[in-house]
Amino acid sequence: MARFSPEHLETAREIIARYPRPKSALIPLLHLAQEQDGYVTDDAMRHIAELVGVTPAEVLGTCSFYEMFKLHPVGTYLVNVCTNISCMLCGGEELLAHASERLGVAPGGTTPDGRFTLEEVECIAACTEAPCLQVNYRYVTNVTNDDFDRLIDDLAAGKLDHEVPPHGTLARVRQHIPADRTAGIVPVAEAAVEPAWMHANEAPGAGGDA
Amino acid sequence: MTDTAATPDAEVEPEVVPGVPVTIDGREIIADEGELIIDAAERHGIYIPRFCYHPRMTPVGMCRMCICEVDTGRGPALQPTCMLECTPGMVVETASPVTTKAQEGVLELLLINHPLDCRVCAKGGESPPLDQTVANGPGESRFVEEKRHKAKPIPISDIVLLDRERCILCDRCTRFAKEVAGDPLIHFINRGNDTEVNTFPDDPFASYFSGNTVQICPVGALTSATYRFRARPWDLEAVESTCQTCAVGCRMAIESSRNEVLRYQGVDIDPVNWGWLCDKGRFNFEALGSEHRLREPLIKQGDAHRQARWAEALGEAAAALQAALDAGGPERIGVIGGARLTNEAAYAWAKLAKGVLGTDNVDCRLGDSLPAEAVLGLPQATIDDACRPGGTVLYLGPDPKEALPVLYLRLRHALVHDGIGLVEVTPVRTSLSDHAAVVLQHRPGEVHTAVRALLHGIPQGQDAGGVDPDALDAARARVAAAAEAGTLTVVVGTQSVAESPQWVTDAAAALAEAYPQVRFLPLVRRGNERGALEMGLAPGLLPGRTTLADGAAWYRTTWPTVPGAAGLDTAGILTAAAAGQIDTLVLLGADPLTDFPDRDLATRGLDGARRIIALDIFLNPSVLQADVVLPVAAFGEVEGSTTNLEGRISLLNQKVTPPGTARSDWEIAAELARRLGSDLQVASTDDLWNEAVAMAPSLDGITLELLLSPDASDGVVAPLPAEATPVPDEPADDAADAPVAATEPDEDADADSDEDAEADGDSEPTGPSTPPMVAFSAAQPLDPPALDAYALRLVATRKLYDLGTLTQASPSLAGLTPGTVLRVNPYDFDRLGVVEGQTLRVKSPRGGVEVEIVTDATVLRGTAAVHTNQPDVAVNRLIDATQPVTDIRIETGGAA
Repeated sequence: MARFSPEHLETAREIIARYPRPKSALIPLLHLAQEQDGYVTDDAMRHIAELVGVTPAEVLGTCSFYEMFKLHPVGTYLVNVCTNISCMLCGGEELLAHASERLGVAPGGTTPDGRFTLEEVECIAACTEAPCLQVNYRYVTNVTNDDFDRLIDDLAAGKLDHEVPPHGTLARVRQHIPADRTAGIVPVAEAAVEPAWMHANEAPGAGGDA
Repeated sequence: MTDTAATPDAEVEPEVVPGVPVTIDGREIIADEGELIIDAAERHGIYIPRFCYHPRMTPVGMCRMCICEVDTGRGPALQPTCMLECTPGMVVETASPVTTKAQEGVLELLLINHPLDCRVCAKGGESPPLDQTVANGPGESRFVEEKRHKAKPIPISDIVLLDRERCILCDRCTRFAKEVAGDPLIHFINRGNDTEVNTFPDDPFASYFSGNTVQICPVGALTSATYRFRARPWDLEAVESTCQTCAVGCRMAIESSRNEVLRYQGVDIDPVNWGWLCDKGRFNFEALGSEHRLREPLIKQGDAHRQARWAEALGEAAAALQAALDAGGPERIGVIGGARLTNEAAYAWAKLAKGVLGTDNVDCRLGDSLPAEAVLGLPQATIDDACRPGGTVLYLGPDPKEALPVLYLRLRHALVHDGIGLVEVTPVRTSLSDHAAVVLQHRPGEVHTAVRALLHGIPQGQDAGGVDPDALDAARARVAAAAEAGTLTVVVGTQSVAESPQWVTDAAAALAEAYPQVRFLPLVRRGNERGALEMGLAPGLLPGRTTLADGAAWYRTTWPTVPGAAGLDTAGILTAAAAGQIDTLVLLGADPLTDFPDRDLATRGLDGARRIIALDIFLNPSVLQADVVLPVAAFGEVEGSTTNLEGRISLLNQKVTPPGTARSDWEIAAELARRLGSDLQVASTDDLWNEAVAMAPSLDGITLELLLSPDASDGVVAPLPAEATPVPDEPADDAADAPVAATEPDEDADADSDEDAEADGDSEPTGPSTPPMVAFSAAQPLDPPALDAYALRLVATRKLYDLGTLTQASPSLAGLTPGTVLRVNPYDFDRLGVVEGQTLRVKSPRGGVEVEIVTDATVLRGTAAVHTNQPDVAVNRLIDATQPVTDIRIETGGAA
């Protein structure tokens, strides 16, 4: 809990090295913190502040601006039920009521076992498939009450582990940018040569040998 | 365009008027290049309402209140005037129906969630939204729903409270914290309707400058614990004055109600503080109203003091001075302190001590300041000179954030926003180090070695006081180029109280010698220390930056006497007192036991002095030992003038009456003179100033009329620039009994020395002339003693909040002293076998203290850093003021 673990710290340093200014790594590092603990802890924000050279208040300012960074513990599965216009017309509010009943928590609440957090959300841009919801930001569309119950059962039974990783997980395979493609912490104005990434997509030869 | 071009008259005027012609409300005005509409309008008497715009911070266009119809040639459109620079031909309507409707709409929107509790709000009466609503606001709101509710007030620091309901998210406080103070500890948190200003949980807004956010908050969202619910603006009366907490001399308003000072507000003057104050200066008004203030004279009886009448106390004091004169002459009297006095009181005391008593054992400093000759004699720069864009500052001094906070704000602004270059020469990293182009970190006591190496290269086979040679090379190129270009300013002050000020003085001397054209900003720390020095409250000096040798004849024309020879400084007076050579010691608002770097010497000195007379506002440890205690009027209770570290003279005003029967310092001097059978021949502060101006060469022309005139609202830097600037004279030897040059000031410029003046022959020996001002000449440089392998050399620096009398007498500040640990390089930690966080006994040849020891990689090897004048760790017990440096040992001993 809390500050970055040694492995995550190593990743954090790698992320910071990608940017001309350490502060630019703030949002990726918040994601990393959320991946580690399931939400962004105060200690993680302090740690990030130290790593990128800003105050914890500035980290909090950025973090709290974004809805997808959670500042309080959430369940392993974050269920967002849409009740915006299309979904509302197609039964989104009824779905939310059912979800609330099934999980035994009001929207915003987390089940006592810490597995599910239910949230009511505004439009998640799947109006053609209304009513819809997201589980850890993975879409489930045209949801009926039965679909919902089955979904919860499957998640609880671990049947969907391959599709839906725990809340906070960004990717199962982490991308590592080779050193020659990172920007490096050199302010652009002071860089002696243009960074490699500016030319990364240019063809090596004259023609386009793909 | 077509209309104006058609008029032939426009062609007739071929003169190009500098500036930007714009039309505001039908008036044609000339704005400055790049000036914002809101500023140009205000400068021409048209006020555009605003909440978020502040002239000392970047405009952000957050509140939209200043929105006006602006026509740039493409038809009128509503634009925020705080974000728009004037362009030629622009037409602005600040009161048109469209503008008014837009502004009313903005105000209505801003007030949707703003509680209308104006009648109980601390801001009511000086609240821009309230004023705006009363002046031309809609008066009615269409919002009938429930307003937002939040817990309130929440403390965001020990002093500042936040009411989030009232906040209109103007970004002033958060911008101030980030842009101006560099302490972004408050920030917008959350988003949209939930946005609020707040701190990180459990990470308070512990900024030295937090009080400014209270002053600039346009609503009552930020209030100070010291003022909240104490008064309303219409109860307050205000006068302008100049803060006396440190030597920066921030202009401020003293606001009081029913004869009680309730708050200070920063006043914006361009050359100094830009409207800002530090929290120490802003909130130590609490000390003025403290119940512990001295109200009546006290006379020592046995081990305690008894209350006395003034006549008796003054009689006792005069008798003590007379007894010393009778017993052994004026050398048996010492006067310590005076940095708290006004210029006028300092002159009165200089006249009493030097002109009536005849002693030169007078020193307003407490052993931790630059020599007076350096402060007064180096070629002078102002704060503006140091901060001028394009310049380079060579900084050798204390951490300005701790010692002179608003100077730090000015330097920080110049570094961060105006891109000046900084080369810092320091034994420990300071708040400026992060902004410096090069930091030359040297061993304590070797600043002159570092500076010589900076100027002349590292001598063969030696090192440069521990400075990294590469950094030295980088700095050398920078400093030399800036000196060449004439853009170099040297800021110089004492870096550590654990070493002699001689080292940094030597460094300044080397710089002055290498770069004769470069100007210096010498840093003094205490309130009116500069003014006291100008008025001669230092050994060997007379008022007006003149030496005893040069000015004796001149002052003998007006003063009853003048000391025959240079006397002792504070360390010398205390040493003499300890040896029984001082019969009567006068403490002019000085507390040597707390404030003098060497506790042992201060103790022996106060014990050894036969009689002590103290003029003070509190019964501090040193005053407790006094035989006669005379209560004096403090800042805000006296009028007069003060001199800041630049030599800028500004007026102090009285707002309240002193407590009890406390009198002003100059009145006491006059009374004592009378009781000693003499007369200072002054009846008011005006008399004192007039006499000082007539006598003191550096004050020539700085009359009361000038100081009171509107031209002097920013203060007047002494001396006034002369038409023909005289080259500083070589120090004339034996001016005392030489008949000297003519009295006309014009002739002075020619009179190179007394002998030349005599040789001129055209000057009748009508009497002594105004003496020359002191020139700074370097002392012979020395090398510090070698450090033995088991010792660490001490750097003792100050923190803003310490055991100083005013801070401790202000309840809001007293608890903010951070305390101290001893910081040591990890290398030495291992070498000396110390464990992190251990509390161990640290010893110097002078004494020992117990202190917690921690590692700090920014401290040089062989160095130990500590903060002085903090509770629990009496660092002044380690320091020997007669030694050039302080070496300590950590007693690791066997595990008990």
